[in-house]
Amino acid sequence: MRYLPLLWAGLFRKKTRTILTLLSVIVAFLLFGLLQAVKVAFESGADTADAKRLLTTARYSIIETLPISYLRRIEQMPGVVGVAYAEWFGAKYQNESNAFPVFAVDPGRYLDAYPEFTIPRDQRQAFAKTRTGAVAGKRLADRFGWKLGQKLPISSEIHPKANGDLNWEFDLVGILDAEDPAVRGNTDVVLIGAEYFDEARQTGKGRTGWYIERIADPAQAKTISAEIDKLFMNSPDETKTQPEKEFAVGFAKQIGDMGALVTRILAAVFFTILILTGNIMAQSIRERTAELAILKTVGFSDGKATALVLAEAVLLLFMGGGLGMVMAAALLPPLNGATGGRFPPLFVSLGTCLIGAGIALTLALAVGLPPALRARRLRIVDALAGRR
Amino acid sequence: MTTQIVQITLMNLRNLPQRLGASLVVVIGIVGVVGVLVSILALSEGFRHTLASTGRSHRVIMLRSGSDAELSSGVPRDQATLLGNLAGVARDAGGRPLASAELMVMVDLPRRGETNPNNVPFRGVQPTAFAIRDELTIVEGRRFERGVREVIVGRKASQQFAGLSVGSRIAFRDSDWTVVGIFQSGGDVHESEIWADAEVAMSAFRRQGYQSVTATLADGSAAGFTALKDAVSRDRRFSISVLREPEYYAKQAKILSGLINGLGYTVAAFMAIGAMFGALNCMYSAVASRQVEIATLRAIGFGGTPVVVSVMIEALLLALLGGAVGGALAYLYCDGASLSTLNFNTFSQVAFDLRVTSTLLVQGLSWALGIGAAGGLFPAIRAARLPVTVALRAL
Repeated sequence: MRYLPLLWAGLFRKKTRTILTLLSVIVAFLLFGLLQAVKVAFESGADTADAKRLLTTARYSIIETLPISYLRRIEQMPGVVGVAYAEWFGAKYQNESNAFPVFAVDPGRYLDAYPEFTIPRDQRQAFAKTRTGAVAGKRLADRFGWKLGQKLPISSEIHPKANGDLNWEFDLVGILDAEDPAVRGNTDVVLIGAEYFDEARQTGKGRTGWYIERIADPAQAKTISAEIDKLFMNSPDETKTQPEKEFAVGFAKQIGDMGALVTRILAAVFFTILILTGNIMAQSIRERTAELAILKTVGFSDGKATALVLAEAVLLLFMGGGLGMVMAAALLPPLNGATGGRFPPLFVSLGTCLIGAGIALTLALAVGLPPALRARRLRIVDALAGRR
Repeated sequence: MTTQIVQITLMNLRNLPQRLGASLVVVIGIVGVVGVLVSILALSEGFRHTLASTGRSHRVIMLRSGSDAELSSGVPRDQATLLGNLAGVARDAGGRPLASAELMVMVDLPRRGETNPNNVPFRGVQPTAFAIRDELTIVEGRRFERGVREVIVGRKASQQFAGLSVGSRIAFRDSDWTVVGIFQSGGDVHESEIWADAEVAMSAFRRQGYQSVTATLADGSAAGFTALKDAVSRDRRFSISVLREPEYYAKQAKILSGLINGLGYTVAAFMAIGAMFGALNCMYSAVASRQVEIATLRAIGFGGTPVVVSVMIEALLLALLGGAVGGALAYLYCDGASLSTLNFNTFSQVAFDLRVTSTLLVQGLSWALGIGAAGGLFPAIRAARLPVTVALRAL
């Protein structure tokens, strides 16, 4: 600590140069924070997956539906403690296709299947009791300015009512939320009552999109999945049951390897930063050869001189890295507000901070070690005589 | 003045090798920006191009009104026949309407070397489909026979997904299908699809209706299109929207290209700011290391402008080099690379090739020059403003 002023003086020996370098480091880590947040959000489906939840879809394609009669049969499976189901509504709101997902669900069953969603008790009851009731995620409600008790006009691209009309109307009776920011993205949905929906729709009656099973013991997930599929094997509607996590990972993979894309971009960014700061550090130490020699003359050991130079690199990168990450964390909430519900919420996770610190340390060592070793090898006589 | 500029610039460039390290930093910084920008934009350009090259303006696609994509649309059998027989639809030599009522479902197939399923579009077409889409040619094998569980597979789908080569069998639902041919259609979106006979597909997938009707216009002009569109909207039996194919397919690219472009520009903008700081740094130290030299020139009568211009030229040349290398790297590594992704508009896989176009390369170079200009300007001004006496005292 007592060397901090010395470090500081060394670092800011040439103000413009250090500030410019620091700014590039800040920008690099800001970008890292933002991109990593996108990656985390992209993978959040898998991360927030509940190991006690299974999903059953039609075997050959997730767009096919399953008979609602499967509900009772799945419910009787040993190890299954609860079953819910949902059907894709294909919403179009204010003429925008799939502005948000709308699921037709059994209110009680569905909310039981997702205990991480929070909803006031009276609103939950209202949802169960109101035939045309709907609940919406808080972020969606905020984005569109929906108020409890209002009518929600939503069109379906897929399901006409009995009279052929694609325009539906629901009553907003509840707001869903979640405490964990990673889970909050999953509440960007509108849930409608399946009973009314199934009665009013023209086609596809008596069927649902997928089943959600809660199981008692996550260790049994594979066995129970296989048992469920066996139940419906060779029927006209065969099923595919998998743990929620597998489903989420599979779906993310359909889009492509987002993680690899982000990693490649960041590799380019940090490589540039490595070259930039490396060059600056080397230049700065070269200019101070004489000063270092004097430090050694007044009694600084080889080790201390090395540590001093290395610490300068560490200080530079951690200052820049820290500021960049703080800026990313500060930028994301207004960004989330602006996109409200169109994308999952982006945030700087603890994991991102740790990776960021690791990168900063690695970069600091990479750019600091060569000049630090140079400082260690420095012979006072040569340095002061200007012989390098 | 011009000779002064040329002289100072040449002198600067000649001693560039002495400042190689710092100059390389500028170049590498810009290589990063341009490389990333061009690669990401190539992704979105390839995707957009695939959808933009799908369809012809003399053809229309008819969907249930309110549906923006085939998957969510539904056209009952009787209506499909009526739509095909409308006066605005062209007929072939035998008098049959050039209209194909089509079924669209998704089938799960893993990518090559992977296991998790992807939504691959499976299209059931009527025999007229080949006359309507005359850009489609079989490149291997033959067309499917009517009434048989045979499929032909788009070239891109066959490259991306496992088990789609001629002769292989694929199992969907309670049916086995044989791949009998591979087709190409100019790199458009149909090359990501699997095609089969509509009637066979309908019974196998237990469907009662179609998803869309694609037809050739009898009169491809605006008047012909409007006439057909009006005929459909006037007819109270239909609740159908009629779109020209290019209009329909361009819409399908909207969400994803928007997202990729947004990502590309945002990332590149941040990187550009970082690279600009790097360039500023380098040019400041370049100026600092030459301050005596510059002051000497000023003292013997060289003007301030030539000094500014020469520093700018040096920065711009370094930037141009970085931009060229970045663009070349993006071209070498990305151009033509194939991949497939889930198109959010259609909820199905689209395979496409990355395209590094000349427009993108020019865009990359202009970003590079922008960074170079921003990084060179202030150091250049400082160089020119430095009082001669102060600078010379540094000797």
